[in-house]
Amino acid sequence: MKIHEMTYSEIEANVSKGLIKPDEVLDAFYNRIARVEDKVKAFIKIYEREEQFGTTPRVIAIKDNMLIKGKKTTCASKILRNFVAPYDATVIKKLKENSFYIIGKTNMDEFAMGSSTENSAFFPTHNPWSLSKVPGGSSGGSAAAVAAGECPLALGSDTGGSIRQPAAFCGVVGFKPTYGLVSRYGLVAFGSSLDQIGGFGRSVEDVAKLSNIISGKENLDSTSLDYSMGDFTKLLSRPIKGLKLALPKEFISDALDNAIKGKITKIIKMLESEGVVVEEVSMKTIDYAVSIYYIIAPAEASSNLSRYDGVRYGLSKSDASLKHQYMKTRDAGFGTEVKRRIMIGTFTLSAGYYEAYFEKAQRARAKLIKEFNDIFSKYDFIIGPTTPTVAFGIGEKVENPLQMYLQDIYTIPANLTGIPSISLPIGTAEGLPIGMQIMGNRFKDAEVLNLAYAIERMANFDYTGGMKKLDKELGDKYGK
Amino acid sequence: MASEYEIVIGLEIHAQLLTRTKMFCGCSTEYAFNEPNTNVCPVCMGMPGALPITNEEAIRFGVKAALAINCHVNLYSRFDRKNYFYPDLPKGYQITQYKYPLAEHGYLTIETSTGEKKIRIRRLHLEEDAGKLMHQADKIDTAEYSLVDLNRAGVPLAEIVTEPDMSSPQEAKIFMEKLRNILRYTEVCNGNLEEGSLRCDANISLRDPETGNVTPRVEVKNINSFKFVERALEYEASRLKGYFEGDKDVIRETRGWDSKLQKTISQRSKEEENDYRYFPEPDIPPVVLTSEYIENARKELPELPDAKKKRFVQTYNIPEYDASILVSTKELAAFFEECCANYDKPKEVSNWIMTEVLKELKDREIEINDAKVTPKHLIGLLTEIDRGMISKSAAKSVLAKAFETGMMPGEIIEKEGLKQISNTDEIQKIVEKVIEENPKVVAQYKGGKTKAITFFIGQVMKAMRGKANPKIVNQLVKEILDKPK
Repeated sequence: MKIHEMTYSEIEANVSKGLIKPDEVLDAFYNRIARVEDKVKAFIKIYEREEQFGTTPRVIAIKDNMLIKGKKTTCASKILRNFVAPYDATVIKKLKENSFYIIGKTNMDEFAMGSSTENSAFFPTHNPWSLSKVPGGSSGGSAAAVAAGECPLALGSDTGGSIRQPAAFCGVVGFKPTYGLVSRYGLVAFGSSLDQIGGFGRSVEDVAKLSNIISGKENLDSTSLDYSMGDFTKLLSRPIKGLKLALPKEFISDALDNAIKGKITKIIKMLESEGVVVEEVSMKTIDYAVSIYYIIAPAEASSNLSRYDGVRYGLSKSDASLKHQYMKTRDAGFGTEVKRRIMIGTFTLSAGYYEAYFEKAQRARAKLIKEFNDIFSKYDFIIGPTTPTVAFGIGEKVENPLQMYLQDIYTIPANLTGIPSISLPIGTAEGLPIGMQIMGNRFKDAEVLNLAYAIERMANFDYTGGMKKLDKELGDKYGK
Repeated sequence: MASEYEIVIGLEIHAQLLTRTKMFCGCSTEYAFNEPNTNVCPVCMGMPGALPITNEEAIRFGVKAALAINCHVNLYSRFDRKNYFYPDLPKGYQITQYKYPLAEHGYLTIETSTGEKKIRIRRLHLEEDAGKLMHQADKIDTAEYSLVDLNRAGVPLAEIVTEPDMSSPQEAKIFMEKLRNILRYTEVCNGNLEEGSLRCDANISLRDPETGNVTPRVEVKNINSFKFVERALEYEASRLKGYFEGDKDVIRETRGWDSKLQKTISQRSKEEENDYRYFPEPDIPPVVLTSEYIENARKELPELPDAKKKRFVQTYNIPEYDASILVSTKELAAFFEECCANYDKPKEVSNWIMTEVLKELKDREIEINDAKVTPKHLIGLLTEIDRGMISKSAAKSVLAKAFETGMMPGEIIEKEGLKQISNTDEIQKIVEKVIEENPKVVAQYKGGKTKAITFFIGQVMKAMRGKANPKIVNQLVKEILDKPK
């Protein structure tokens, strides 16, 4: 097995046994990047190879909306194209303390707004499984980098599915922990009440280990919470017999691709044969989740993005009048989707509309939370697909934002309710990966990872499938 | 037409809290002597990814201020975002308490020319201060550029909003003075209008009591001294009168007081007002207090001016007028009490403080705590007077000297040779000389103008450089004038 195909855990084990030298680990990933990055375009920035690293180079890529002191953080936006971060995000601090090797910053939809990484102001990222397809988004660069073997781990952020949807499209594991378990300090804010940092990997175990590193209460984020249950990995291999799962019928409606439905059904059968109870339930408020989300997230975003005004940092277009200075700067700095969401958010918060939109959405959100609580009082988990379709073609949906928004119909509820949720690959359809989603109640993160670990064993998915397809695509260059 | 229109005034006051650190980050609140943009961090500069943390000390100061102005403190309050663009506002929104303020429904009682009056306080809430702009050439409309200093950005403010209960500019001024006094007693704000640690915006309108017609309401900003509270509102009240005579310039708007021009100037009309798009601040959990917390804060409150005044009248048997001046600052009141603890004529102490001490402070533009004169000095001086060592008029110059040097009165008397002359022979010589030199006045006196006696006393004192014992002078002048020739 080649080093770049190994999981983080496998590399750690091999290095500690002396089978691989630390140098070789870095060589492997830098070489892999040199070979595939031109096609995949997962990274906005790849850092020069440093000779200073710990005993095990724990290679990781970071979505370009997390601050690394002294390095550019662009959010894939022209407005921050040359912004150099003045401090380390809390997650970066934690990674550095644990001798992680940050290999680069990954591409994303501008300010994490999008589901295909096509909203990057710089370039789109390609799905390693099929280069004409999108990797999903907004953390598409991180998902693609892990799938392409450019790194074993990556960090992303998930506001409405931005980790799980690209994980599903790229055939990797993507985990959004309970809201508050990972500090948001140093994560460029999009929708503050929804944003959550999480990890990508090529095994559930890897993602659980990464969660241990990046989580923990800290006093720079007032919404950060203590994970009193401790270790994310502690329940991984616990038997799953007797667990009760709910399958919302709203998740398996007509919108769902038949092939995905088929694979989910197959996994459910396997679970049942292991003594797990799966029942179909109805969660009516789920149908409103996308509407609620597209009021709350743009509202918070419209305010969060006000700071990009050209006064202190970032792009600045001067003009004789202050008002026009703002307008010129923001017009030149923000892309279409970001502008659209700023306008939606500004509208729904405006006097005369606030009650009809924002306040109503808040009430509906409370109702959704109640509905989830009710389900979790009877069931251990909610399961379903991660996405309604497999990866779509680059350019296919850019003209239709509403269709793009529907990409997140299954992932959004976990953000609105703040619960942990994971996507893991369970198979392919037409050569593209299919993701399955597991949601648990707040703080049931280790439990969610436990079920994911068990399903991973059943699905027996080949995480290197994307790399192999990519190698084939690169054709005769391979092996030279 | 009515001869007198009713004036309706409500105030919005911003008080900078004397916490050690800013409202939502660890930067210091002392920025006055810093180079621009050095008292800042990613949070108060609105850097990407930075998040606010609520300063617990600011909550406690807010609760204390609220209790001191008789507010009900809410167990649940919450921060909201007030969204607008301005270069002094780093995040593009101000974190403030809009929907659920920290405290509500308070009041202060003020003393007006027509007696006591209760001014209701609608609410007290916490928020963060903005930075400062410096315009090139000091003028925003002609400046080629403006500079931004964020040292002040994020300093905690308590905003206090009154009901429109004041019916004259004078009442507004009295209210402001009283509020400042209370905030200073509570040690939550230093109450300096000139330096901007206390800021006052006023809403004013006029009402015609006969027709019930009301003028548009005008908000007056930038009132940066107590003197201007009254002056700006008087100016605005008289300007508003024009409305009843058809002045089309009187519209609902925000105006700024220009202290150089001594008038208010239009800043923006109602139409130009921002829609602030308030919504709950998602980065900060709500502020949830317990009744126990509030009661503990109440226990931390010092004796407030009204209570102190009452006690002074009862304990020291001094007039209410004296007491109200003595309690005007916590430090002055303490000075008075310390004097009284070691000197048993409170009224005498009060007289000296109200006249000479306050005059010296005013002349020197200092506060009592910055003065070189301590209660020991004043008691020393009063004791010298009592012992007949010095005349009252000479004592005044001794006090002035003490303010200047910090020397004890006894020392000054000794050094300056100001010891009182009680030697009858010595004084008599001078009295006789003065009477001799002023035959006209003697004639007036003899003609029945007995008040002329003060002229002779004054002349004698002058001749003896104030050192003569006034009792003896008085006695001798009378004796010699009345002596039949």
